[in-house]
Amino acid sequence: MASAASAIYFFNLRGDILLERRYKDDVDREIAESFRDRILNARERDSAAVHGPIRTLGSVTFMYLRHADIYILLLTRSNGNAMLSFRFMTSLVSLFQSYFEGEFCESSILLMYELLDEVMDYGLPQITDPSILKALILQKGYKSEGGILGSVGLTGSSGDSASKKARDAAAAANATLAVTGAVGWRREGIKYKRNEIFLDIVEQINVLMSQNGSILRQDVVGRIQMKCFLSDMPELRLGLNDQMQDATFHQCVNLGAYESQKVVTFVPPDGEFELMRYRVNDGITLPFKVLPVISEVGRTKLEANVSIKSTFSNKLQAGPVVVLVPVPDNTASAKLLVTSGRAKYDATKKALVWKMSKFLGGTEHTLRAEVTLVASTRDKKPWGRPPIQLQFQVPMLGCSGLRVQYLRVVERKQGSAYKVDKWVRKLCKSGDYLIRI
Amino acid sequence: MSDGKYFSTTKRGEIHELKEELRSLDRPKKKDAVKKVIAAMTVGKDVSMLFPDVVNCMQTDDLELKKLVYLYLINYAKTQPDLAIMAVNTFVKDSQDPNPLIRALAVRTMGCIRVDKITEYLCDPLQRCLKDDDPYVRKTAAVCVAKLYDINPELVEDRGFLDMLREMLSDANPMVVANALAALQEIQELAGPGGKDLLQMSTQTLNKLLAALNECTEWGQVFILDSLAAYDTRDPKDAEKIAERVLPRLQHVNSAVVLSAVKVILRCMDVVALGPSGGEDTIKAWSKKMAPPLVTLLAAEPEVQYVALRNINLIVQRRPAVLANEVKVFFCKYNDPLYVKMEKLEIMIRLASDKNIDQVLLELKEYAQEVDVDFVRKAVRAIGRCAVALEKATERCINVLLELIQTKVSYVVQEAIIVIKDIFRRYPNQYESIIATLCDNLDSLDEPEAKSSMVWIIGEYAERIDNADELLEAFLETFPEETSMVQLQLLTATVKLFLKKPTESAQKMISAVLSCATTETDNPDLRDRAYIYWRLLSTDPEAAKDVVLAEKPVIADDSSSLDPSLLEALVSRYLATVAAVYHRPPETFVSRQRLAVTRADELGARKFEEEDGSVPGAMVSDNNAAAAAGAAAAAAASSVGDLLDMSDPTPMPAAPVAAAAVAPAAPRGLDDLLGGLGSLDMGGGAPPAASTSASADPFAALSGPAPATSLSGGGAAPVAGAGMSPAALSQLPTLLANPGGVSVQGRLVRQAGQIVYQLALRNDTMAPVDGLMIQTNRNSFGLGPASQVLAIPTPGGAVPPGSVAAVRVPLLIDVSKVTPPPLSTGLQVALRTTQVGVLYFNDAVPLSALTEETGSMEAADFLAAWKALPPEASARLPLAVPSADVAKQRLAAANLFVLAHRQVPATGQDAIYATCRITAGGVGQVLLELKFVAGAGGVDVSVKAERQDVAQLVFDGLPSVLLGAA
Repeated sequence: MASAASAIYFFNLRGDILLERRYKDDVDREIAESFRDRILNARERDSAAVHGPIRTLGSVTFMYLRHADIYILLLTRSNGNAMLSFRFMTSLVSLFQSYFEGEFCESSILLMYELLDEVMDYGLPQITDPSILKALILQKGYKSEGGILGSVGLTGSSGDSASKKARDAAAAANATLAVTGAVGWRREGIKYKRNEIFLDIVEQINVLMSQNGSILRQDVVGRIQMKCFLSDMPELRLGLNDQMQDATFHQCVNLGAYESQKVVTFVPPDGEFELMRYRVNDGITLPFKVLPVISEVGRTKLEANVSIKSTFSNKLQAGPVVVLVPVPDNTASAKLLVTSGRAKYDATKKALVWKMSKFLGGTEHTLRAEVTLVASTRDKKPWGRPPIQLQFQVPMLGCSGLRVQYLRVVERKQGSAYKVDKWVRKLCKSGDYLIRI
Repeated sequence: MSDGKYFSTTKRGEIHELKEELRSLDRPKKKDAVKKVIAAMTVGKDVSMLFPDVVNCMQTDDLELKKLVYLYLINYAKTQPDLAIMAVNTFVKDSQDPNPLIRALAVRTMGCIRVDKITEYLCDPLQRCLKDDDPYVRKTAAVCVAKLYDINPELVEDRGFLDMLREMLSDANPMVVANALAALQEIQELAGPGGKDLLQMSTQTLNKLLAALNECTEWGQVFILDSLAAYDTRDPKDAEKIAERVLPRLQHVNSAVVLSAVKVILRCMDVVALGPSGGEDTIKAWSKKMAPPLVTLLAAEPEVQYVALRNINLIVQRRPAVLANEVKVFFCKYNDPLYVKMEKLEIMIRLASDKNIDQVLLELKEYAQEVDVDFVRKAVRAIGRCAVALEKATERCINVLLELIQTKVSYVVQEAIIVIKDIFRRYPNQYESIIATLCDNLDSLDEPEAKSSMVWIIGEYAERIDNADELLEAFLETFPEETSMVQLQLLTATVKLFLKKPTESAQKMISAVLSCATTETDNPDLRDRAYIYWRLLSTDPEAAKDVVLAEKPVIADDSSSLDPSLLEALVSRYLATVAAVYHRPPETFVSRQRLAVTRADELGARKFEEEDGSVPGAMVSDNNAAAAAGAAAAAAASSVGDLLDMSDPTPMPAAPVAAAAVAPAAPRGLDDLLGGLGSLDMGGGAPPAASTSASADPFAALSGPAPATSLSGGGAAPVAGAGMSPAALSQLPTLLANPGGVSVQGRLVRQAGQIVYQLALRNDTMAPVDGLMIQTNRNSFGLGPASQVLAIPTPGGAVPPGSVAAVRVPLLIDVSKVTPPPLSTGLQVALRTTQVGVLYFNDAVPLSALTEETGSMEAADFLAAWKALPPEASARLPLAVPSADVAKQRLAAANLFVLAHRQVPATGQDAIYATCRITAGGVGQVLLELKFVAGAGGVDVSVKAERQDVAQLVFDGLPSVLLGAA
């Protein structure tokens, strides 16, 4: 039950195996190869789009996840914890992203093998946290420089290299303690000249509005991203107004304390990490209101009139705002008129793309379009009328109503001598900001 | 030719070059060579011949190089077991290295090398590492115990490693605790359900685990939570304590932690509910806390969302209150992948209530206008299901459907008509006013299911539709070309019309249809049904009215609801697992290897020879589990199954039959009558009386316990109003469940000296499936289909979407295809279709299919043979036989011929001596002795035969025979 996989495979989109790591003996490469023929390249009706990411062929269960141009595949023969398996795959993705920064190449394969050795053992997920693994596996690999002198072997090494070895062993022991320790995410003895904390609140707002502007669904998914450059072992206490419907926290947060006092208490990892995610459904202020009027005039013409109004303070300003107004597949051309920015018809996106480099608070802009359609004789299917999509970023705007009430830092050893500079930023981004037409 | 030569020389050259480099004294060069070897291994080249040279690089201070060599070893050690021994020294040495990383690496790798000789050397290092000072080494060693158990369980027990693992549950380091626990769980699973409880969860262990829960890694938390969920407590106080500690986990960022925590809490809810006050308040409070995290799971990647949604579907069925107010979050996003949308829709239907139905309907209407056809259809069906489930909202649902019909999009209209028919069934005599609108859209109907639904509506309401005869006549013009589903429906509708409005034109139509259906068709279902109607109408029109126009039972939307006991198991035992994603018990897809052990234990027989776990698993040679599940289902089959068995050469109905129209008022005696008819031997053009046998099925179905009809939804169940015989088909054990795809039910039976595969294929895809062919893998009995092509009794041999086709495949025995001993009842079957590719499933050949009708012998010969044969094999089967007579009857029915019966005075036992003959697979004559006390549990069976492996076959097969299920 605990086991998440018998083996991991990486495929490219063509279905070639890029990497293989078996953890148990009950599957083999041949089975994995059938993934290509029977799932990846299966007929459309049979494909992942219809069936979802988990299939059992024979008695082997295939669980797969696509990320960019790579498929990750887990095989198992038992009734394992599927959520564990999938979550493990997403962890692998973020782990590799943090190691390779998106670049996946031949030379990274050896390092990936090394990582795969560490993240899972006998099908049991072990350590996937990048910050911890980086203490254990360096990009360049762990090298002990007993070197050529010590080549005779362990017994024949000179005194010098022996002490070097001892140092290595001690360093490794430190690393292993960090990996398994109670505060696994932070090592001892970190020193900075200046203690600094950066706290970024990034909120992604998802909205679905109906034609007449009523809200069908809305939520804000927020993340608190931190950069901590703090010496020693500080404990942080972050007070938030209780606005959230749900929150999930980084490993470092004391969940029991949050449950009882609603204060986010934690010893932060060193450097950058995501402290928490939260979701807000109520009390959201929408930064933009959109009023679309799209009417099909006869069979060959479509008129669109879309106006957008910003509702936030006029002291703020949105970064680039992009509005995608979908048009039918048989669009020939479009005459466009906008009060700000530029707009054009993009045939590949099947939409009118309206870009504005900035959008001040408390203003309104309009797009007027006359779209000419190619007359089609036998097109019985009506136009699906996909929703209008809005993309934007508004710095320093919080749309969920969540506020940081305080952020306290306590370092036991140094007490009040411990000085910290704190910085807080906010950003409101569009997620799925959709308006039905 | 020349190309091949070129490649082989290059390859040889390359290997040779690598060999040289591996032997080089230059360190960087050597390391590069190892890297090249690993690269070659990665792309699937065979580099096993470099084994000795790579192993020589093992002794190095370079940790990176060491890891590479170890990686190579893991992959190839098994191919070179003798050479692998070379590595042992280094392993042992490394396991004592001052560097804990190297110690851990050594013990981790050694466990992965599945070579017997190495495992012996592994024990001492492992013992040391389990007690290592460094927690990293200990956590690695803990897992290694599970690895070793997989290779050599006795060794693990002898060396006391299990006790050491249990001690490690008290380790100061949380990660060690979590891994020790996970290792114990793995070992428990390897040992099978018959194994003793390794964890021995006590209050003390429980507290330790709860303490470690706060501190260990996210994955460790999952291990701990899963073991807490398995902890069997009956004490509400205990449950509350556990839940209180687990609740904060819901806030964890890792969705696996969240879902496992949810599982623990759901389980605790069940226990708390046993408490004095029913724990209502507690359950309410926990439910409230559980909802937000469940919703948050939907913010993850689509694949994770899918797993979450499948689990949420179960939770919603089990505890509807948890997410009752959250229907909005399951609204589909425009860019969700189709598989996510479909699951969301399913949950939306479940959460739809009088409170939120307006919102839900608005959403569904929106979806019904999207472009993806499958999604649109499902959305329309969803509206129908809401209508059936929520009486108050029916009118609103119907209005939406009518609006959708106005769009004139062909597939929307057709789907709407299908669901409206269901609504008519659910609420008779309420909404017939809309029939006129429906009749305006006859032209757009081109799909069989929609057509037959419309025809059903016309027939059912013939008296209210002024021009019903004209409408039907229009359909009848194309009668010969229609699919059998539509033909059957037309036939019934015409009869209804005639009975309701016996006009001249109706009379003309009925005679035309009956003559066409009886003489010009080669579909036995249609022909037989036409004969039934004919005879009914000609002998007693009033009786015909009673039968055909009878009141139909009310339907309910239960199409996608799970059996309560399965649901409970899925929620409280299997939540988050693959089984919960499939909504199926794990036995249906995990390999038989483990199951074999289970069954052997259950039967109290000696342990099976387990199949070598290392058999390379090409898909076809897989050992699947369905077999055992199938056997169990067969045991549960009721006497209805017997009726079916008798309807000899005709296939079971391929398309919905007018059962709904005929059956409820049918006198009970009819079952027997038709059953009796069915047993008559008959040929193709048999007289009317005999031909009715195929139609025994719908009656048989209705005499079964299952509701006669269920609403079609989720693409799962047969069409409602069109009247299927789901009960009849559901009696067949499921061999391959494939929600949204093609599923197979079936059973091997013996009929008139021939082994026959009765199969029912359910097509849940949205398109017809055709080009069906069947083949079996080599098996112990040399069984194979007489003809590979499946004769589906529909035009073009296609199974229409959403329907079930039954087919009968005679099997032949081909001696040349018999696999060598030992005997196995396993039968691997491949089913090819044009649309969904090849489907594989496993079945078990039941004993009763193998035993021959002429297998009896003289009592005297029996005695002689008993003495002459090698010693018997005996086992005790955990069965209760009501009486010796019943046992004798059942044995005889399965061609196990009873030769003698006596009472054993000393023990009060009945002793039965029986024999059977099985030519297939060269089994030969088998002699049996059964001893039991009537009504009490346990049957002692002794088996004698030429071949020793026959005994197991009999032990496996007897239970279903004695239970009367064969």
